[in-house]
Amino acid sequence: MSEYIILSIFLFLGAFIAAAATVVGLLLGYRTKKTKNKMAPYECGMETFGNARIQFKVGYYLFALLFLVFDIEALFLLPVMANFKEIMAGHTVLSPVVVVIDLVVFLAILVSGLAYAWKKGLLKWE
Amino acid sequence: MFVPSITNPIGDVVREWVPKLAEYLPVAIQSETLNSIVAFLVNAVICVIAVCAVNIGSAPILIYMERKVCAHVQCRLGPMRLGWHGTIQTIADVLKMLFKEVYNPGGVDKIMYYMAPLIVLIAPFMVAALIPFGPTLVVADVDMGIPLIIAVNGFGVLGILLGGWSSNNKYSLLGALRSGAQMISYEISFAMILLFVVMITGSTNLMDITQSQSGTVLDWMIFKVPVIGFIAFILFFISSTAEMNRAPFDIAEAEQELTGGYHTEYTGTPFAMFYLAEYIALVTNSALATTCFLGGFHAPCIGVAAVDTYLNMVPGVVWFFAKVYFMIWCYMMVRWTFVRPRVDQLMSFEWKFLLPVNLVMLVIGAIYVALF
Repeated sequence: MSEYIILSIFLFLGAFIAAAATVVGLLLGYRTKKTKNKMAPYECGMETFGNARIQFKVGYYLFALLFLVFDIEALFLLPVMANFKEIMAGHTVLSPVVVVIDLVVFLAILVSGLAYAWKKGLLKWE
Repeated sequence: MFVPSITNPIGDVVREWVPKLAEYLPVAIQSETLNSIVAFLVNAVICVIAVCAVNIGSAPILIYMERKVCAHVQCRLGPMRLGWHGTIQTIADVLKMLFKEVYNPGGVDKIMYYMAPLIVLIAPFMVAALIPFGPTLVVADVDMGIPLIIAVNGFGVLGILLGGWSSNNKYSLLGALRSGAQMISYEISFAMILLFVVMITGSTNLMDITQSQSGTVLDWMIFKVPVIGFIAFILFFISSTAEMNRAPFDIAEAEQELTGGYHTEYTGTPFAMFYLAEYIALVTNSALATTCFLGGFHAPCIGVAAVDTYLNMVPGVVWFFAKVYFMIWCYMMVRWTFVRPRVDQLMSFEWKFLLPVNLVMLVIGAIYVALF
Protein backbone atom coordinates (compact mmCIF):
# COMPACT_ATOMS: atom_id res chain seq x y z
CA MET A 1 0.00 0.00 0.00
CA SER A 2 2.71 2.50 0.97
CA GLU A 3 4.32 1.90 -2.41
CA TYR A 4 1.24 3.19 -4.17
CA ILE A 5 1.36 6.28 -1.94
CA ILE A 6 4.96 6.90 -3.07
CA LEU A 7 3.83 6.38 -6.67
CA SER A 8 1.10 8.97 -6.23
CA ILE A 9 3.85 11.41 -5.16
CA PHE A 10 5.70 10.57 -8.36
CA LEU A 11 2.54 11.14 -10.37
CA PHE A 12 2.72 14.82 -9.43
CA LEU A 13 6.50 15.10 -9.31
CA GLY A 14 7.00 15.61 -13.04
CA ALA A 15 4.20 18.17 -13.23
CA PHE A 16 5.61 19.95 -10.19
CA ILE A 17 9.10 20.13 -11.69
CA ALA A 18 7.75 21.51 -14.96
CA ALA A 19 5.67 24.09 -13.10
CA ALA A 20 8.70 25.11 -11.01
CA ALA A 21 10.82 25.43 -14.15
CA THR A 22 8.18 27.63 -15.79
CA VAL A 23 8.05 29.90 -12.73
CA VAL A 24 11.86 30.10 -12.65
CA GLY A 25 11.84 30.97 -16.33
CA LEU A 26 9.27 33.69 -15.72
CA LEU A 27 11.36 35.13 -12.90
CA LEU A 28 14.81 34.93 -14.48
CA GLY A 29 13.85 35.39 -18.10
CA TYR A 30 14.80 38.42 -20.11
CA ARG A 31 11.79 40.56 -20.98
CA THR A 32 11.10 42.75 -23.99
CA LYS A 33 8.13 44.88 -24.96
CA LYS A 34 5.22 42.99 -26.49
CA THR A 35 5.09 44.22 -30.05
CA LYS A 36 2.58 43.18 -32.67
CA ASN A 37 5.14 41.16 -34.60
CA LYS A 38 6.33 39.37 -31.51
CA MET A 39 2.84 38.28 -30.55
CA ALA A 40 2.01 37.01 -34.04
CA PRO A 41 2.00 33.23 -34.61
CA TYR A 42 5.19 31.85 -36.15
CA GLU A 43 5.18 31.76 -39.93
CA CYS A 44 7.99 31.59 -42.47
CA GLY A 45 8.09 35.26 -43.44
CA MET A 46 4.51 36.03 -44.38
CA GLU A 47 1.56 36.97 -42.23
CA THR A 48 -0.72 34.16 -41.12
CA PHE A 49 -4.27 34.19 -42.31
CA GLY A 50 -7.41 32.61 -40.89
CA ASN A 51 -7.88 30.62 -37.72
CA ALA A 52 -5.17 28.18 -36.71
CA ARG A 53 -7.77 25.63 -35.57
CA ILE A 54 -8.31 24.32 -39.07
CA GLN A 55 -10.30 21.29 -40.10
CA PHE A 56 -8.14 18.22 -40.30
CA LYS A 57 -8.37 14.79 -41.83
CA VAL A 58 -10.97 12.43 -40.46
CA GLY A 59 -8.29 9.73 -40.73
CA TYR A 60 -6.82 10.75 -37.39
CA TYR A 61 -10.17 10.06 -35.73
CA LEU A 62 -10.52 6.66 -37.37
CA PHE A 63 -7.05 5.66 -36.20
CA ALA A 64 -7.95 6.80 -32.71
CA LEU A 65 -11.01 4.53 -32.80
CA LEU A 66 -8.92 1.57 -33.97
CA PHE A 67 -6.38 2.35 -31.25
CA LEU A 68 -9.11 2.25 -28.64
CA VAL A 69 -10.17 -1.24 -29.71
CA PHE A 70 -6.66 -2.67 -29.74
CA ASP A 71 -5.47 -0.99 -26.57
CA ILE A 72 -8.44 -2.35 -24.67
CA GLU A 73 -7.68 -5.70 -26.22
CA ALA A 74 -4.19 -5.52 -24.76
CA LEU A 75 -5.71 -4.64 -21.42
CA PHE A 76 -8.08 -7.63 -21.56
CA LEU A 77 -5.29 -9.97 -22.60
CA LEU A 78 -3.05 -8.83 -19.74
CA PRO A 79 -4.61 -10.86 -16.88
CA VAL A 80 -4.73 -13.96 -19.07
CA MET A 81 -1.12 -13.52 -20.14
CA ALA A 82 0.09 -12.91 -16.59
CA ASN A 83 -1.42 -16.23 -15.50
CA PHE A 84 -0.93 -18.13 -18.76
CA LYS A 85 2.02 -20.17 -17.44
CA GLU A 86 0.09 -21.21 -14.34
CA ILE A 87 -3.01 -22.09 -16.33
CA MET A 88 -1.03 -24.20 -18.80
CA ALA A 89 0.71 -26.02 -15.95
CA GLY A 90 -2.74 -26.81 -14.51
CA HIS A 91 -2.16 -24.97 -11.22
CA THR A 92 -5.48 -23.13 -11.42
CA VAL A 93 -9.12 -24.14 -11.46
CA LEU A 94 -9.35 -23.14 -15.11
CA SER A 95 -9.02 -25.83 -17.72
CA PRO A 96 -6.14 -25.13 -20.16
CA VAL A 97 -8.19 -26.25 -23.17
CA VAL A 98 -11.06 -23.88 -22.39
CA VAL A 99 -8.66 -20.97 -21.88
CA VAL A 100 -6.91 -21.65 -25.18
CA ILE A 101 -10.23 -21.88 -27.03
CA ASP A 102 -11.38 -18.62 -25.41
CA LEU A 103 -8.15 -16.92 -26.44
CA VAL A 104 -8.41 -18.17 -30.00
CA VAL A 105 -12.00 -16.91 -30.29
CA PHE A 106 -11.05 -13.55 -28.76
CA LEU A 107 -8.08 -13.07 -31.08
CA ALA A 108 -10.05 -14.28 -34.11
CA ILE A 109 -12.72 -11.61 -33.54
CA LEU A 110 -10.02 -8.95 -33.26
CA VAL A 111 -8.10 -10.11 -36.31
CA SER A 112 -11.31 -10.20 -38.34
CA GLY A 113 -11.95 -6.64 -37.21
CA LEU A 114 -8.51 -5.57 -38.36
CA ALA A 115 -9.00 -7.42 -41.66
CA TYR A 116 -12.32 -5.65 -42.14
CA ALA A 117 -10.76 -2.25 -41.51
CA TRP A 118 -7.93 -3.12 -43.89
CA LYS A 119 -10.34 -4.23 -46.63
CA LYS A 120 -12.49 -1.11 -46.19
CA GLY A 121 -9.36 0.98 -46.82
CA LEU A 122 -9.33 2.45 -43.31
CA LEU A 123 -5.62 1.82 -42.93
CA LYS A 124 -4.79 3.68 -46.12
CA TRP A 125 -3.35 7.12 -45.49
CA GLU A 126 -3.89 9.52 -48.35
CA MET B 1 -2.61 1.58 12.00
CA PHE B 2 -0.52 2.95 9.21
CA VAL B 3 2.61 0.82 8.89
CA PRO B 4 4.47 1.55 5.70
CA SER B 5 6.65 -1.22 4.36
CA ILE B 6 9.76 0.08 2.69
CA THR B 7 11.68 -2.26 0.44
CA ASN B 8 14.72 -0.37 -0.77
CA PRO B 9 18.04 -0.26 1.14
CA ILE B 10 17.59 3.43 1.88
CA GLY B 11 14.37 2.38 3.60
CA ASP B 12 16.26 0.01 5.91
CA VAL B 13 18.63 2.76 6.99
CA VAL B 14 15.76 5.18 7.52
CA ARG B 15 13.79 2.65 9.55
CA GLU B 16 16.84 2.09 11.74
CA TRP B 17 17.71 5.65 12.64
CA VAL B 18 14.29 7.32 12.75
CA PRO B 19 13.35 5.53 16.05
CA LYS B 20 16.79 6.45 17.44
CA LEU B 21 16.21 10.11 16.66
CA ALA B 22 12.65 9.88 17.97
CA GLU B 23 14.01 9.14 21.46
CA TYR B 24 15.04 12.78 21.72
CA LEU B 25 11.42 13.86 21.33
CA PRO B 26 9.15 14.50 24.34
CA VAL B 27 7.72 11.22 25.62
CA ALA B 28 4.15 12.42 25.06
CA ILE B 29 4.42 12.38 21.26
CA GLN B 30 6.63 9.30 20.87
CA SER B 31 4.80 6.46 19.17
CA GLU B 32 5.29 3.63 16.71
CA THR B 33 2.85 5.16 14.24
CA LEU B 34 4.64 8.49 14.24
CA ASN B 35 7.97 6.74 13.73
CA SER B 36 6.71 4.77 10.79
CA ILE B 37 5.11 7.82 9.23
CA VAL B 38 8.30 9.85 9.63
CA ALA B 39 10.35 6.97 8.25
CA PHE B 40 7.98 6.79 5.30
CA LEU B 41 8.20 10.52 4.63
CA VAL B 42 12.01 10.60 4.87
CA ASN B 43 12.19 7.61 2.56
CA ALA B 44 9.82 9.28 0.09
CA VAL B 45 11.95 12.43 0.07
CA ILE B 46 15.13 10.43 -0.52
CA CYS B 47 13.44 8.52 -3.37
CA VAL B 48 12.21 11.72 -4.97
CA ILE B 49 15.66 13.31 -4.80
CA ALA B 50 17.34 10.17 -6.18
CA VAL B 51 14.95 9.85 -9.12
CA CYS B 52 15.21 13.58 -9.88
CA ALA B 53 18.99 13.35 -9.79
CA VAL B 54 19.05 10.36 -12.13
CA ASN B 55 16.47 11.81 -14.52
CA ILE B 56 17.37 15.47 -14.68
CA GLY B 57 21.09 14.79 -14.28
CA SER B 58 21.16 12.40 -17.20
CA ALA B 59 19.57 14.90 -19.60
CA PRO B 60 22.68 17.13 -20.04
CA ILE B 61 24.87 14.02 -20.35
CA LEU B 62 22.57 12.64 -23.03
CA ILE B 63 22.43 15.90 -24.96
CA TYR B 64 26.23 16.05 -24.95
CA MET B 65 26.39 12.39 -25.95
CA GLU B 66 23.88 12.89 -28.75
CA ARG B 67 25.84 15.84 -30.12
CA LYS B 68 29.07 13.88 -30.07
CA VAL B 69 27.54 10.74 -31.61
CA CYS B 70 25.80 12.80 -34.28
CA ALA B 71 28.98 14.73 -35.03
CA HIS B 72 31.14 11.64 -35.36
CA VAL B 73 28.55 9.88 -37.53
CA GLN B 74 28.72 12.88 -39.85
CA CYS B 75 32.56 13.10 -39.66
CA ARG B 76 32.49 16.28 -37.55
CA LEU B 77 33.92 16.98 -34.12
CA GLY B 78 30.86 18.39 -32.37
CA PRO B 79 31.16 20.79 -29.42
CA MET B 80 34.87 21.40 -28.70
CA ARG B 81 35.24 24.92 -27.27
CA LEU B 82 33.79 24.95 -23.75
CA GLY B 83 35.77 22.76 -21.38
CA TRP B 84 37.57 19.57 -22.31
CA HIS B 85 36.07 18.39 -25.62
CA GLY B 86 33.09 20.67 -25.06
CA THR B 87 31.89 18.97 -21.87
CA ILE B 88 30.52 22.17 -20.32
CA GLN B 89 28.62 23.09 -23.46
CA THR B 90 25.30 21.60 -22.33
CA ILE B 91 25.51 23.32 -18.93
CA ALA B 92 25.94 26.60 -20.77
CA ASP B 93 22.90 25.71 -22.87
CA VAL B 94 20.83 24.98 -19.77
CA LEU B 95 21.79 28.39 -18.34
CA LYS B 96 20.90 30.01 -21.66
CA MET B 97 17.47 28.32 -21.57
CA LEU B 98 16.83 29.62 -18.04
CA PHE B 99 17.42 33.23 -19.06
CA LYS B 100 15.27 33.13 -22.20
CA GLU B 101 12.00 35.00 -22.10
CA VAL B 102 8.92 32.91 -21.24
CA TYR B 103 6.02 34.38 -23.16
CA ASN B 104 3.05 33.20 -25.13
CA PRO B 105 2.06 34.54 -28.54
CA GLY B 106 -1.33 36.15 -29.00
CA GLY B 107 -4.38 33.97 -29.50
CA VAL B 108 -2.97 31.18 -27.36
CA ASP B 109 -5.18 29.23 -24.98
CA LYS B 110 -3.13 30.15 -21.93
CA ILE B 111 -4.19 27.45 -19.46
CA MET B 112 -3.68 24.62 -21.93
CA TYR B 113 -0.51 26.20 -23.28
CA TYR B 114 1.20 26.23 -19.89
CA MET B 115 -0.30 22.90 -18.80
CA ALA B 116 1.10 20.91 -21.73
CA PRO B 117 4.74 20.72 -20.52
CA LEU B 118 3.47 19.70 -17.09
CA ILE B 119 1.58 16.73 -18.49
CA VAL B 120 4.39 15.69 -20.82
CA LEU B 121 6.79 15.36 -17.91
CA ILE B 122 4.52 13.15 -15.76
CA ALA B 123 5.07 9.87 -17.60
CA PRO B 124 8.89 9.62 -17.52
CA PHE B 125 9.07 10.27 -13.77
CA MET B 126 6.37 7.73 -13.03
CA VAL B 127 8.09 5.06 -15.11
CA ALA B 128 11.43 5.81 -13.45
CA ALA B 129 9.82 5.11 -10.09
CA LEU B 130 8.80 1.62 -11.21
CA ILE B 131 12.10 0.43 -12.70
CA PRO B 132 14.31 -1.73 -10.46
CA PHE B 133 17.79 -0.21 -10.71
CA GLY B 134 19.39 -2.77 -8.42
CA PRO B 135 18.49 -5.92 -6.47
CA THR B 136 16.91 -3.76 -3.75
CA LEU B 137 17.05 -0.36 -5.41
CA VAL B 138 13.49 0.25 -6.49
CA VAL B 139 11.24 3.09 -5.44
CA ALA B 140 7.95 1.23 -5.75
CA ASP B 141 8.07 -2.54 -6.18
CA VAL B 142 4.44 -2.98 -7.21
CA ASP B 143 2.67 -5.91 -8.84
CA MET B 144 1.01 -3.59 -11.33
CA GLY B 145 4.34 -2.61 -12.95
CA ILE B 146 3.69 -3.36 -16.62
CA PRO B 147 0.03 -2.20 -16.73
CA LEU B 148 1.01 1.04 -14.98
CA ILE B 149 3.77 1.68 -17.50
CA ILE B 150 1.38 1.08 -20.41
CA ALA B 151 -1.19 3.38 -18.80
CA VAL B 152 1.19 6.18 -17.88
CA ASN B 153 2.86 6.20 -21.29
CA GLY B 154 -0.44 7.44 -22.72
CA PHE B 155 -0.04 10.69 -20.78
CA GLY B 156 2.64 11.96 -23.14
CA VAL B 157 0.22 12.01 -26.07
CA LEU B 158 -2.18 14.17 -24.07
CA GLY B 159 0.48 16.76 -23.35
CA ILE B 160 1.63 16.91 -26.94
CA LEU B 161 -1.92 17.25 -28.27
CA LEU B 162 -2.69 19.97 -25.72
CA GLY B 163 0.48 21.88 -26.60
CA GLY B 164 -0.13 21.68 -30.33
CA TRP B 165 -3.79 22.57 -30.14
CA SER B 166 -3.42 25.52 -27.78
CA SER B 167 -0.51 27.14 -29.66
CA ASN B 168 -2.71 28.85 -32.27
CA ASN B 169 -0.36 27.85 -35.05
CA LYS B 170 -1.07 25.56 -37.97
CA TYR B 171 2.35 23.96 -37.84
CA SER B 172 1.85 23.14 -34.17
CA LEU B 173 -1.60 21.71 -34.73
CA LEU B 174 -0.56 19.50 -37.64
CA GLY B 175 2.59 18.41 -35.82
CA ALA B 176 0.60 17.52 -32.72
CA LEU B 177 -1.99 15.57 -34.70
CA ARG B 178 0.65 13.62 -36.58
CA SER B 179 2.50 12.98 -33.38
CA GLY B 180 -0.67 11.87 -31.62
CA ALA B 181 -1.66 9.51 -34.42
CA GLN B 182 1.84 8.04 -34.49
CA MET B 183 2.17 7.63 -30.74
CA ILE B 184 -1.20 5.98 -30.21
CA SER B 185 -0.57 3.63 -33.14
CA TYR B 186 2.81 2.48 -31.89
CA GLU B 187 1.57 2.29 -28.32
CA ILE B 188 -0.38 -0.80 -29.33
CA SER B 189 2.66 -2.72 -30.50
CA PHE B 190 4.55 -1.39 -27.47
CA ALA B 191 1.87 -2.83 -25.18
CA MET B 192 1.72 -6.09 -27.14
CA ILE B 193 5.45 -6.70 -26.82
CA LEU B 194 5.25 -6.05 -23.09
CA LEU B 195 2.38 -8.58 -23.06
CA PHE B 196 4.72 -11.07 -24.70
CA VAL B 197 7.28 -10.50 -21.93
CA VAL B 198 4.55 -10.86 -19.30
CA MET B 199 3.43 -14.13 -20.86
CA ILE B 200 6.93 -15.64 -20.88
CA THR B 201 7.73 -14.65 -17.28
CA GLY B 202 4.20 -15.03 -15.90
CA SER B 203 4.34 -11.84 -13.85
CA THR B 204 3.61 -8.15 -14.28
CA ASN B 205 6.00 -7.16 -11.50
CA LEU B 206 9.17 -5.65 -12.95
CA MET B 207 11.29 -7.06 -10.13
CA ASP B 208 10.00 -10.57 -10.83
CA ILE B 209 10.66 -10.09 -14.53
CA THR B 210 14.27 -9.15 -13.76
CA GLN B 211 14.76 -11.97 -11.28
CA SER B 212 13.45 -14.51 -13.78
CA GLN B 213 16.40 -13.58 -16.01
CA SER B 214 19.10 -14.35 -13.43
CA GLY B 215 21.90 -16.73 -14.31
CA THR B 216 23.99 -16.54 -17.43
CA VAL B 217 23.60 -14.35 -20.50
CA LEU B 218 21.54 -17.11 -22.08
CA ASP B 219 18.87 -16.63 -19.39
CA TRP B 220 18.19 -13.07 -20.50
CA MET B 221 14.85 -12.66 -22.22
CA ILE B 222 16.52 -11.80 -25.51
CA PHE B 223 18.21 -15.23 -25.64
CA LYS B 224 15.97 -17.20 -23.27
CA VAL B 225 13.35 -17.84 -25.93
CA PRO B 226 15.41 -18.77 -28.97
CA VAL B 227 15.04 -16.41 -31.97
CA ILE B 228 11.56 -15.19 -30.90
CA GLY B 229 13.07 -13.31 -27.96
CA PHE B 230 15.41 -11.48 -30.26
CA ILE B 231 12.60 -10.62 -32.71
CA ALA B 232 10.55 -9.34 -29.77
CA PHE B 233 13.47 -7.18 -28.71
CA ILE B 234 13.77 -5.67 -32.21
CA LEU B 235 10.00 -5.02 -32.30
CA PHE B 236 10.21 -3.37 -28.89
CA PHE B 237 13.10 -1.25 -30.11
CA ILE B 238 11.14 -0.06 -33.17
CA SER B 239 7.92 0.68 -31.33
CA SER B 240 9.65 2.47 -28.46
CA THR B 241 11.60 4.62 -30.94
CA ALA B 242 8.29 5.64 -32.48
CA GLU B 243 6.74 6.10 -29.02
CA MET B 244 9.44 8.60 -28.16
CA ASN B 245 8.99 10.49 -31.45
CA ARG B 246 12.68 9.99 -32.16
CA ALA B 247 14.16 9.93 -35.61
CA PRO B 248 13.68 8.06 -37.94
CA PHE B 249 10.07 8.27 -36.70
CA ASP B 250 10.10 12.02 -36.03
CA ILE B 251 7.62 13.11 -38.69
CA ALA B 252 5.87 15.13 -35.98
CA GLU B 253 8.72 17.61 -35.92
CA ALA B 254 10.11 17.09 -39.38
CA GLU B 255 11.72 20.51 -39.51
CA GLN B 256 11.66 20.73 -43.29
CA GLU B 257 7.87 20.40 -43.33
CA LEU B 258 6.55 21.56 -39.98
CA THR B 259 9.31 23.80 -38.54
CA GLY B 260 9.27 22.60 -34.92
CA GLY B 261 6.09 20.51 -34.79
CA TYR B 262 4.06 20.76 -31.62
CA HIS B 263 6.57 22.93 -29.75
CA THR B 264 7.01 25.58 -32.45
CA GLU B 265 5.51 28.32 -30.29
CA TYR B 266 7.25 27.43 -27.04
CA THR B 267 10.18 29.39 -25.67
CA GLY B 268 12.41 29.35 -22.61
CA THR B 269 11.87 26.82 -19.84
CA PRO B 270 8.52 25.41 -21.09
CA PHE B 271 10.30 24.50 -24.31
CA ALA B 272 13.16 23.05 -22.27
CA MET B 273 10.60 20.85 -20.48
CA PHE B 274 9.54 19.24 -23.79
CA TYR B 275 13.19 18.64 -24.54
CA LEU B 276 13.81 17.24 -21.07
CA ALA B 277 10.80 14.93 -21.34
CA GLU B 278 12.15 13.58 -24.62
CA TYR B 279 15.53 12.75 -23.11
CA ILE B 280 14.15 11.30 -19.87
CA ALA B 281 11.86 9.15 -22.00
CA LEU B 282 15.01 7.93 -23.74
CA VAL B 283 16.45 6.87 -20.37
CA THR B 284 13.24 5.24 -19.13
CA ASN B 285 12.62 3.39 -22.38
CA SER B 286 16.18 2.11 -22.39
CA ALA B 287 15.75 1.11 -18.76
CA LEU B 288 12.56 -0.72 -19.67
CA ALA B 289 14.28 -2.53 -22.52
CA THR B 290 17.11 -3.44 -20.14
CA THR B 291 14.68 -4.71 -17.51
CA CYS B 292 12.52 -6.68 -19.89
CA PHE B 293 15.08 -8.05 -22.34
CA LEU B 294 18.67 -7.53 -21.22
CA GLY B 295 18.51 -9.04 -17.75
CA GLY B 296 18.14 -5.82 -15.77
CA PHE B 297 20.80 -5.48 -13.10
CA HIS B 298 22.22 -8.98 -13.57
CA ALA B 299 25.85 -9.26 -14.59
CA PRO B 300 26.49 -10.78 -18.03
CA CYS B 301 27.70 -14.09 -16.60
CA ILE B 302 28.99 -16.63 -19.08
CA GLY B 303 28.74 -19.76 -16.99
CA VAL B 304 32.46 -20.01 -16.13
CA ALA B 305 32.74 -19.73 -12.34
CA ALA B 306 36.18 -18.05 -12.38
CA VAL B 307 34.98 -15.18 -14.58
CA ASP B 308 31.51 -14.90 -13.07
CA THR B 309 32.78 -14.22 -9.53
CA TYR B 310 34.65 -11.18 -10.83
CA LEU B 311 31.65 -10.02 -12.88
CA ASN B 312 29.35 -10.39 -9.88
CA MET B 313 31.66 -8.26 -7.75
CA VAL B 314 30.51 -5.21 -9.71
CA PRO B 315 27.30 -3.80 -8.17
CA GLY B 316 24.06 -4.38 -10.05
CA VAL B 317 23.43 -0.65 -10.52
CA VAL B 318 26.64 -0.35 -12.54
CA TRP B 319 25.61 -3.18 -14.85
CA PHE B 320 22.15 -1.67 -15.14
CA PHE B 321 23.43 1.73 -16.22
CA ALA B 322 26.03 0.18 -18.52
CA LYS B 323 23.22 -1.64 -20.33
CA VAL B 324 21.01 1.46 -20.31
CA TYR B 325 23.74 3.56 -21.89
CA PHE B 326 24.41 0.84 -24.45
CA MET B 327 20.71 0.94 -25.38
CA ILE B 328 20.80 4.75 -25.56
CA TRP B 329 23.80 4.52 -27.86
CA CYS B 330 21.82 2.13 -30.08
CA TYR B 331 18.89 4.56 -30.21
CA MET B 332 21.27 7.37 -31.14
CA MET B 333 23.01 5.40 -33.86
CA VAL B 334 19.62 4.48 -35.33
CA ARG B 335 18.61 8.12 -35.22
CA TRP B 336 21.62 9.29 -37.19
CA THR B 337 21.75 6.37 -39.61
CA PHE B 338 18.26 5.90 -41.04
CA VAL B 339 16.19 8.25 -43.15
CA ARG B 340 12.75 9.45 -42.14
CA PRO B 341 9.76 7.60 -43.67
CA ARG B 342 6.68 9.40 -44.97
CA VAL B 343 3.52 9.66 -42.85
CA ASP B 344 1.61 7.08 -44.86
CA GLN B 345 4.56 4.67 -44.81
CA LEU B 346 4.82 5.07 -41.07
CA MET B 347 1.15 4.37 -40.41
CA SER B 348 0.91 1.43 -42.78
CA PHE B 349 4.12 0.00 -41.30
CA GLU B 350 2.47 -0.08 -37.89
CA TRP B 351 -1.01 -1.27 -38.83
CA LYS B 352 -0.19 -3.57 -41.71
CA PHE B 353 3.12 -4.99 -40.52
CA LEU B 354 3.92 -4.51 -36.82
CA LEU B 355 0.46 -5.26 -35.45
CA PRO B 356 -0.07 -8.55 -37.36
CA VAL B 357 3.51 -9.57 -36.52
CA ASN B 358 2.84 -8.81 -32.86
CA LEU B 359 -0.30 -10.94 -32.87
CA VAL B 360 1.65 -13.79 -34.45
CA MET B 361 4.36 -13.29 -31.81
CA LEU B 362 1.77 -13.62 -29.06
CA VAL B 363 0.52 -16.88 -30.57
CA ILE B 364 4.06 -18.27 -30.94
CA GLY B 365 4.82 -17.19 -27.38
CA ALA B 366 1.67 -18.97 -26.17
CA ILE B 367 2.72 -22.15 -27.98
CA TYR B 368 6.22 -21.86 -26.45
CA VAL B 369 4.80 -21.44 -22.95
CA ALA B 370 2.38 -24.32 -23.45
CA LEU B 371 5.06 -26.69 -24.75
CA PHE B 372 8.08 -25.86 -22.52
